[in-house]
Amino acid sequence: MLRNDKTGFGWITIALHWAIAALILVLLALGFIMRRVPIDPAMQFSLYQWHKSLGFTVLGLAVIRALWHVVEIRPAPSSTLGALERRAASATHAVLIVLALAVPLAGWAVASTSTLNIPSFYFNWLIIPHLPMEKSAGAEDLWTLVHMVLAYGLLLVVALHASAALYHHAARRDDVLIRMLRARSRQRAASQAAGANPLIAGRKKP
Amino acid sequence: MKVHLHSRTQATALIAAAAVSVLPSIALGATPELSDAAGNYGITSASRIHFTVAQAGGGGGIVGDFGKFSGNFRIDRNDIDRSTVEFTLYPESVKTGEKRIEDFLKSSAVFDTSNYNTVTFRSTNVKQTGPDTAAVEGTLTARGTSRKERFSVTLLDWNRGSIAFNIRGSIHRSPYGMDVGTPIYSNVVEFDMNIKGQRH
Repeated sequence: MLRNDKTGFGWITIALHWAIAALILVLLALGFIMRRVPIDPAMQFSLYQWHKSLGFTVLGLAVIRALWHVVEIRPAPSSTLGALERRAASATHAVLIVLALAVPLAGWAVASTSTLNIPSFYFNWLIIPHLPMEKSAGAEDLWTLVHMVLAYGLLLVVALHASAALYHHAARRDDVLIRMLRARSRQRAASQAAGANPLIAGRKKP
Repeated sequence: MKVHLHSRTQATALIAAAAVSVLPSIALGATPELSDAAGNYGITSASRIHFTVAQAGGGGGIVGDFGKFSGNFRIDRNDIDRSTVEFTLYPESVKTGEKRIEDFLKSSAVFDTSNYNTVTFRSTNVKQTGPDTAAVEGTLTARGTSRKERFSVTLLDWNRGSIAFNIRGSIHRSPYGMDVGTPIYSNVVEFDMNIKGQRH
Protein backbone atom coordinates (compact mmCIF):
# COMPACT_ATOMS: atom_id res chain seq x y z
CA MET A 1 0.00 0.00 0.00
CA LEU A 2 1.81 3.10 -1.27
CA ARG A 3 -0.77 5.73 -0.55
CA ASN A 4 -2.09 6.95 2.77
CA ASP A 5 -5.68 6.42 3.69
CA LYS A 6 -7.81 7.62 6.57
CA THR A 7 -6.63 4.80 8.78
CA GLY A 8 -2.87 5.02 8.31
CA PHE A 9 0.23 5.94 6.37
CA GLY A 10 1.29 4.39 3.07
CA TRP A 11 4.82 3.37 2.21
CA ILE A 12 5.57 6.61 0.31
CA THR A 13 4.96 8.73 3.42
CA ILE A 14 6.82 6.26 5.62
CA ALA A 15 9.85 6.05 3.30
CA LEU A 16 10.04 9.85 2.98
CA HIS A 17 9.70 10.24 6.74
CA TRP A 18 12.53 7.89 7.65
CA ALA A 19 14.84 8.86 4.78
CA ILE A 20 14.56 12.53 5.73
CA ALA A 21 14.89 11.68 9.44
CA ALA A 22 18.05 9.63 8.92
CA LEU A 23 19.61 12.25 6.65
CA ILE A 24 18.82 15.06 9.09
CA LEU A 25 20.56 13.20 11.91
CA VAL A 26 23.60 12.44 9.73
CA LEU A 27 23.72 16.06 8.56
CA LEU A 28 23.54 17.40 12.10
CA ALA A 29 26.40 15.10 13.12
CA LEU A 30 28.45 16.04 10.04
CA GLY A 31 27.74 19.72 10.58
CA PHE A 32 28.86 19.52 14.17
CA ILE A 33 32.03 17.53 13.39
CA MET A 34 33.13 19.65 10.46
CA ARG A 35 32.61 22.94 12.32
CA ARG A 36 33.29 22.23 15.97
CA VAL A 37 35.75 19.35 16.14
CA PRO A 38 39.43 19.96 15.32
CA ILE A 39 40.00 17.57 12.42
CA ASP A 40 42.38 17.12 9.53
CA PRO A 41 41.77 19.92 6.99
CA ALA A 42 41.52 17.53 4.03
CA MET A 43 38.96 15.45 5.96
CA GLN A 44 37.12 18.64 6.85
CA PHE A 45 36.91 19.63 3.18
CA SER A 46 35.57 16.19 2.32
CA LEU A 47 32.97 16.30 5.11
CA TYR A 48 31.77 19.69 3.86
CA GLN A 49 31.19 18.23 0.40
CA TRP A 50 29.32 15.24 1.84
CA HIS A 51 27.28 17.62 3.96
CA LYS A 52 26.36 19.66 0.89
CA SER A 53 25.43 16.66 -1.28
CA LEU A 54 23.37 15.07 1.50
CA GLY A 55 21.82 18.45 2.28
CA PHE A 56 20.67 18.89 -1.31
CA THR A 57 19.26 15.37 -1.13
CA VAL A 58 17.24 16.34 1.95
CA LEU A 59 16.08 19.49 0.20
CA GLY A 60 14.80 17.43 -2.74
CA LEU A 61 13.09 14.92 -0.47
CA ALA A 62 11.67 17.69 1.73
CA VAL A 63 10.12 19.39 -1.29
CA ILE A 64 8.47 16.09 -2.24
CA ARG A 65 7.45 15.55 1.38
CA ALA A 66 5.90 19.03 1.63
CA LEU A 67 3.97 18.60 -1.62
CA TRP A 68 2.91 15.14 -0.53
CA HIS A 69 1.73 16.57 2.78
CA VAL A 70 -0.44 19.06 0.90
CA VAL A 71 -1.91 16.77 -1.75
CA GLU A 72 -2.12 13.41 0.00
CA ILE A 73 -4.81 12.25 2.38
CA ARG A 74 -3.77 12.66 6.00
CA PRO A 75 -4.67 9.72 8.19
CA ALA A 76 -6.90 10.54 11.12
CA PRO A 77 -4.88 10.97 14.33
CA SER A 78 -4.75 7.97 16.61
CA SER A 79 -7.97 7.68 18.52
CA THR A 80 -6.02 7.80 21.78
CA LEU A 81 -5.02 11.44 21.21
CA GLY A 82 -6.86 14.25 22.93
CA ALA A 83 -7.77 17.50 21.17
CA LEU A 84 -4.75 19.38 22.55
CA GLU A 85 -2.43 16.55 21.57
CA ARG A 86 -3.82 16.55 18.06
CA ARG A 87 -3.23 20.26 17.72
CA ALA A 88 0.29 19.97 19.15
CA ALA A 89 1.06 17.04 16.88
CA SER A 90 -0.08 18.70 13.67
CA ALA A 91 1.71 21.94 14.59
CA THR A 92 4.92 19.97 15.22
CA HIS A 93 4.55 18.15 11.91
CA ALA A 94 4.04 21.43 10.04
CA VAL A 95 7.12 22.96 11.72
CA LEU A 96 9.18 19.87 10.84
CA ILE A 97 8.10 20.03 7.22
CA VAL A 98 8.94 23.74 6.99
CA LEU A 99 12.31 23.38 8.76
CA ALA A 100 13.27 20.42 6.57
CA LEU A 101 12.98 22.91 3.70
CA ALA A 102 14.37 25.98 5.44
CA VAL A 103 17.54 24.45 6.88
CA PRO A 104 18.93 23.16 3.57
CA LEU A 105 17.84 26.35 1.78
CA ALA A 106 19.81 28.39 4.34
CA GLY A 107 22.74 26.02 3.79
CA TRP A 108 22.49 26.61 0.05
CA ALA A 109 22.57 30.34 0.81
CA VAL A 110 25.80 29.82 2.80
CA ALA A 111 27.44 28.06 -0.17
CA SER A 112 26.11 30.75 -2.51
CA THR A 113 27.26 33.79 -0.54
CA SER A 114 30.60 32.33 0.58
CA THR A 115 33.66 34.19 -0.61
CA LEU A 116 35.29 30.76 -0.93
CA ASN A 117 33.06 30.26 -3.98
CA ILE A 118 33.33 26.48 -3.78
CA PRO A 119 31.10 24.84 -6.41
CA SER A 120 28.38 22.51 -5.16
CA PHE A 121 29.28 19.35 -7.04
CA TYR A 122 26.46 16.99 -6.11
CA PHE A 123 28.14 13.67 -5.27
CA ASN A 124 30.87 14.63 -7.79
CA TRP A 125 28.28 14.18 -10.45
CA LEU A 126 26.26 17.32 -11.07
CA ILE A 127 27.02 20.99 -10.55
CA ILE A 128 24.26 22.66 -8.56
CA PRO A 129 24.45 26.38 -9.28
CA HIS A 130 24.73 28.91 -6.49
CA LEU A 131 21.63 30.93 -5.65
CA PRO A 132 21.75 34.38 -7.24
CA MET A 133 23.08 36.08 -4.13
CA GLU A 134 25.94 38.46 -3.65
CA LYS A 135 29.08 36.95 -2.18
CA SER A 136 30.44 38.72 0.86
CA ALA A 137 31.88 37.85 4.23
CA GLY A 138 28.91 39.56 5.90
CA ALA A 139 26.29 37.64 3.92
CA GLU A 140 28.14 34.36 4.47
CA ASP A 141 28.33 34.99 8.23
CA LEU A 142 24.66 35.90 8.39
CA TRP A 143 23.49 32.81 6.47
CA THR A 144 25.85 30.60 8.45
CA LEU A 145 24.18 31.88 11.61
CA VAL A 146 20.68 31.39 10.15
CA HIS A 147 21.58 27.88 8.96
CA MET A 148 22.98 26.98 12.38
CA VAL A 149 20.10 28.41 14.42
CA LEU A 150 17.50 26.73 12.18
CA ALA A 151 19.43 23.44 12.31
CA TYR A 152 19.60 23.44 16.11
CA GLY A 153 15.94 24.48 16.17
CA LEU A 154 15.16 21.53 13.93
CA LEU A 155 17.10 19.24 16.25
CA LEU A 156 15.00 20.50 19.14
CA VAL A 157 11.71 19.87 17.31
CA VAL A 158 12.94 16.45 16.14
CA ALA A 159 13.74 15.58 19.77
CA LEU A 160 10.28 16.71 20.84
CA HIS A 161 8.63 14.77 18.01
CA ALA A 162 10.62 11.59 18.71
CA SER A 163 10.05 11.83 22.47
CA ALA A 164 6.33 12.15 21.90
CA ALA A 165 6.34 9.09 19.63
CA LEU A 166 8.35 7.07 22.16
CA TYR A 167 6.11 8.24 24.98
CA HIS A 168 3.05 7.10 23.05
CA HIS A 169 4.68 3.77 22.27
CA ALA A 170 6.10 2.99 25.70
CA ALA A 171 3.82 4.75 28.14
CA ARG A 172 0.54 5.18 26.35
CA ARG A 173 0.96 1.91 24.44
CA ASP A 174 -0.91 3.14 21.40
CA ASP A 175 -0.11 2.87 17.67
CA VAL A 176 1.35 6.38 17.13
CA LEU A 177 4.89 5.06 16.51
CA ILE A 178 3.86 1.74 14.99
CA ARG A 179 1.90 3.32 12.21
CA MET A 180 4.96 5.21 10.99
CA LEU A 181 6.92 1.94 10.94
CA ARG A 182 4.57 -0.23 8.91
CA ALA A 183 2.00 0.61 6.35
CA ARG A 184 -1.12 -1.23 7.25
CA SER A 185 -2.89 -3.21 4.63
CA ARG A 186 -6.53 -2.49 4.21
CA GLN A 187 -7.14 -5.99 5.42
CA ARG A 188 -5.17 -5.41 8.60
CA ALA A 189 -6.85 -2.09 9.08
CA ALA A 190 -10.15 -3.87 8.81
CA SER A 191 -9.12 -6.62 11.18
CA GLN A 192 -7.78 -4.04 13.61
CA ALA A 193 -11.12 -2.37 13.53
CA ALA A 194 -12.40 -5.74 14.66
CA GLY A 195 -9.86 -5.63 17.52
CA ALA A 196 -7.67 -8.44 16.16
CA ASN A 197 -4.54 -6.61 14.98
CA PRO A 198 -1.65 -8.68 16.34
CA LEU A 199 0.71 -5.70 16.15
CA ILE A 200 -1.03 -3.71 18.78
CA ALA A 201 -3.17 -6.37 20.32
CA GLY A 202 -3.00 -5.99 24.05
CA ARG A 203 -1.14 -2.64 23.81
CA LYS A 204 -4.18 -0.54 24.52
CA LYS A 205 -4.92 0.18 28.07
CA PRO A 206 -7.73 -1.94 29.34
CA MET B 1 65.91 32.15 -26.91
CA LYS B 2 66.99 34.30 -29.77
CA VAL B 3 70.17 35.23 -28.09
CA HIS B 4 71.62 31.77 -27.84
CA LEU B 5 71.81 30.32 -31.20
CA HIS B 6 75.38 29.17 -31.03
CA SER B 7 74.14 25.67 -30.44
CA ARG B 8 75.89 23.64 -33.09
CA THR B 9 72.67 22.00 -34.05
CA GLN B 10 70.87 25.21 -34.92
CA ALA B 11 70.60 26.12 -38.56
CA THR B 12 71.43 29.40 -40.21
CA ALA B 13 67.76 30.27 -40.40
CA LEU B 14 67.62 30.44 -36.64
CA ILE B 15 70.67 32.67 -36.56
CA ALA B 16 68.91 34.94 -39.00
CA ALA B 17 65.85 35.01 -36.76
CA ALA B 18 68.06 35.85 -33.82
CA ALA B 19 69.70 38.64 -35.75
CA VAL B 20 66.29 40.14 -36.44
CA SER B 21 65.51 40.03 -32.75
CA VAL B 22 68.48 42.21 -31.88
CA LEU B 23 67.74 44.79 -34.55
CA PRO B 24 65.95 47.07 -32.09
CA SER B 25 69.07 47.03 -29.95
CA ILE B 26 71.14 47.93 -32.94
CA ALA B 27 68.77 50.75 -33.67
CA LEU B 28 69.36 52.00 -30.16
CA GLY B 29 73.04 51.74 -30.71
CA ALA B 30 73.60 49.06 -28.07
CA THR B 31 74.74 46.31 -30.46
CA PRO B 32 75.15 43.56 -27.88
CA GLU B 33 76.83 40.37 -28.88
CA LEU B 34 74.47 37.45 -29.00
CA SER B 35 76.56 35.62 -26.49
CA ASP B 36 76.20 38.53 -24.09
CA ALA B 37 73.13 36.94 -22.54
CA ALA B 38 75.18 33.96 -21.47
CA GLY B 39 76.03 34.05 -17.82
CA ASN B 40 74.73 33.51 -14.33
CA TYR B 41 71.55 35.14 -13.12
CA GLY B 42 69.71 35.42 -9.86
CA ILE B 43 65.93 35.35 -9.94
CA THR B 44 64.68 38.69 -8.64
CA SER B 45 61.69 39.44 -6.44
CA ALA B 46 60.12 41.32 -9.37
CA SER B 47 59.30 37.89 -10.79
CA ARG B 48 55.72 36.65 -10.60
CA ILE B 49 54.79 33.07 -9.78
CA HIS B 50 51.15 32.81 -10.77
CA PHE B 51 49.02 29.68 -10.68
CA THR B 52 45.47 28.62 -11.48
CA VAL B 53 43.52 25.53 -10.50
CA ALA B 54 40.35 25.24 -12.55
CA GLN B 55 37.11 24.28 -10.83
CA ALA B 56 34.19 22.13 -11.89
CA GLY B 57 31.50 24.04 -13.73
CA GLY B 58 33.84 26.84 -14.75
CA GLY B 59 34.20 30.01 -12.75
CA GLY B 60 37.48 31.33 -11.50
CA GLY B 61 38.89 28.33 -9.72
CA ILE B 62 41.73 28.95 -7.32
CA VAL B 63 44.03 31.68 -8.55
CA GLY B 64 47.05 32.91 -6.72
CA ASP B 65 50.68 33.86 -6.51
CA PHE B 66 53.66 32.87 -4.45
CA GLY B 67 55.34 35.90 -2.95
CA LYS B 68 58.57 34.32 -1.71
CA PHE B 69 60.98 32.37 -3.87
CA SER B 70 64.60 32.33 -4.91
CA GLY B 71 66.71 30.77 -7.59
CA ASN B 72 69.49 31.01 -10.08
CA PHE B 73 70.02 30.06 -13.65
CA ARG B 74 72.96 29.85 -15.95
CA ILE B 75 72.73 30.40 -19.68
CA ASP B 76 75.46 28.50 -21.41
CA ARG B 77 77.63 30.58 -23.71
CA ASN B 78 78.09 27.89 -26.33
CA ASP B 79 75.15 25.58 -26.05
CA ILE B 80 71.74 26.67 -24.83
CA ASP B 81 70.90 23.03 -24.11
CA ARG B 82 73.57 23.00 -21.43
CA SER B 83 71.93 25.79 -19.49
CA THR B 84 70.64 25.07 -15.98
CA VAL B 85 68.14 26.44 -13.51
CA GLU B 86 67.41 25.85 -9.85
CA PHE B 87 64.42 27.35 -8.15
CA THR B 88 63.02 27.31 -4.63
CA LEU B 89 59.49 28.29 -3.72
CA TYR B 90 58.25 28.97 -0.19
CA PRO B 91 54.63 27.86 -0.18
CA GLU B 92 53.84 29.68 3.06
CA SER B 93 53.96 32.83 0.91
CA VAL B 94 50.95 31.78 -1.14
CA LYS B 95 48.44 34.56 -1.79
CA THR B 96 44.94 34.02 -3.17
CA GLY B 97 43.00 36.97 -1.77
CA GLU B 98 41.09 34.66 0.62
CA LYS B 99 42.78 33.86 3.91
CA ARG B 100 40.87 30.61 4.45
CA ILE B 101 42.07 29.28 1.10
CA GLU B 102 45.64 30.35 1.88
CA ASP B 103 45.48 28.63 5.27
CA PHE B 104 44.09 25.52 3.61
CA LEU B 105 46.86 25.49 1.01
CA LYS B 106 49.49 25.81 3.75
CA SER B 107 47.85 23.11 5.89
CA SER B 108 48.57 19.40 5.93
CA ALA B 109 45.90 19.05 3.22
CA VAL B 110 48.11 20.62 0.55
CA PHE B 111 51.65 21.97 0.99
CA ASP B 112 52.00 20.99 4.66
CA THR B 113 54.34 23.93 5.19
CA SER B 114 55.10 23.03 8.80
CA ASN B 115 56.82 19.87 7.56
CA TYR B 116 57.86 20.89 4.05
CA ASN B 117 58.69 24.55 3.84
CA THR B 118 60.01 24.56 0.28
CA VAL B 119 59.12 23.34 -3.17
CA THR B 120 62.19 23.01 -5.37
CA PHE B 121 62.93 22.57 -9.02
CA ARG B 122 66.26 21.59 -10.51
CA SER B 123 66.64 21.34 -14.25
CA THR B 124 68.02 18.17 -15.75
CA ASN B 125 67.56 18.93 -19.42
CA VAL B 126 67.09 22.09 -21.45
CA LYS B 127 66.15 21.98 -25.08
CA GLN B 128 65.67 24.90 -27.39
CA THR B 129 62.38 24.51 -29.22
CA GLY B 130 62.27 27.70 -31.32
CA PRO B 131 63.98 31.01 -31.90
CA ASP B 132 62.87 32.29 -28.50
CA THR B 133 61.48 29.21 -26.79
CA ALA B 134 62.83 26.29 -24.86
CA ALA B 135 61.60 23.31 -22.90
CA VAL B 136 63.08 22.81 -19.46
CA GLU B 137 62.81 19.45 -17.85
CA GLY B 138 63.78 18.89 -14.28
CA THR B 139 63.05 17.45 -10.88
CA LEU B 140 60.25 19.04 -8.92
CA THR B 141 60.23 18.20 -5.24
CA ALA B 142 57.19 18.92 -3.08
CA ARG B 143 56.02 17.26 0.11
CA GLY B 144 58.94 14.87 -0.04
CA THR B 145 58.10 13.59 -3.50
CA SER B 146 60.38 14.22 -6.48
CA ARG B 147 59.16 13.88 -10.01
CA LYS B 148 60.23 14.85 -13.46
CA GLU B 149 58.27 17.84 -14.76
CA ARG B 150 58.50 19.99 -17.83
CA PHE B 151 58.03 23.71 -18.35
CA SER B 152 57.99 25.70 -21.54
CA VAL B 153 60.00 28.89 -21.59
CA THR B 154 59.57 31.93 -23.78
CA LEU B 155 62.04 34.77 -23.84
CA LEU B 156 60.30 38.06 -23.15
CA ASP B 157 63.00 40.63 -22.83
CA TRP B 158 66.73 40.85 -22.57
CA ASN B 159 69.44 43.42 -22.07
CA ARG B 160 72.97 43.39 -20.80
CA GLY B 161 72.10 43.18 -17.14
CA SER B 162 68.85 41.31 -16.99
CA ILE B 163 66.63 38.88 -18.80
CA ALA B 164 62.95 37.99 -18.54
CA PHE B 165 61.12 34.80 -19.41
CA ASN B 166 57.57 33.59 -19.34
CA ILE B 167 57.46 30.04 -18.04
CA ARG B 168 54.41 27.83 -18.21
CA GLY B 169 53.75 24.35 -16.98
CA SER B 170 50.88 22.06 -16.11
CA ILE B 171 51.63 20.09 -12.98
CA HIS B 172 49.47 17.25 -11.72
CA ARG B 173 49.15 17.58 -7.96
CA SER B 174 47.99 14.08 -7.04
CA PRO B 175 51.46 12.47 -7.34
CA TYR B 176 52.64 14.88 -4.64
CA GLY B 177 49.90 13.85 -2.24
CA MET B 178 47.99 17.07 -2.88
CA ASP B 179 44.91 15.68 -4.57
CA VAL B 180 42.52 17.11 -1.98
CA GLY B 181 39.43 18.68 -3.49
CA THR B 182 39.46 16.74 -6.74
CA PRO B 183 37.32 16.56 -8.81
CA ILE B 184 35.73 19.84 -7.67
CA TYR B 185 39.12 21.37 -8.29
CA SER B 186 41.23 20.19 -11.17
CA ASN B 187 44.13 17.86 -10.54
CA VAL B 188 46.18 20.12 -12.82
CA VAL B 189 47.82 23.27 -11.55
CA GLU B 190 48.58 25.68 -14.37
CA PHE B 191 51.67 27.73 -13.67
CA ASP B 192 52.18 30.99 -15.50
CA MET B 193 55.37 32.61 -14.29
CA ASN B 194 57.24 35.69 -15.34
CA ILE B 195 60.79 35.19 -14.23
CA LYS B 196 63.19 38.09 -14.15
CA GLY B 197 66.88 37.35 -13.86
CA GLN B 198 69.55 39.80 -12.76
CA ARG B 199 73.04 39.04 -13.87
CA HIS B 200 75.39 38.13 -11.02
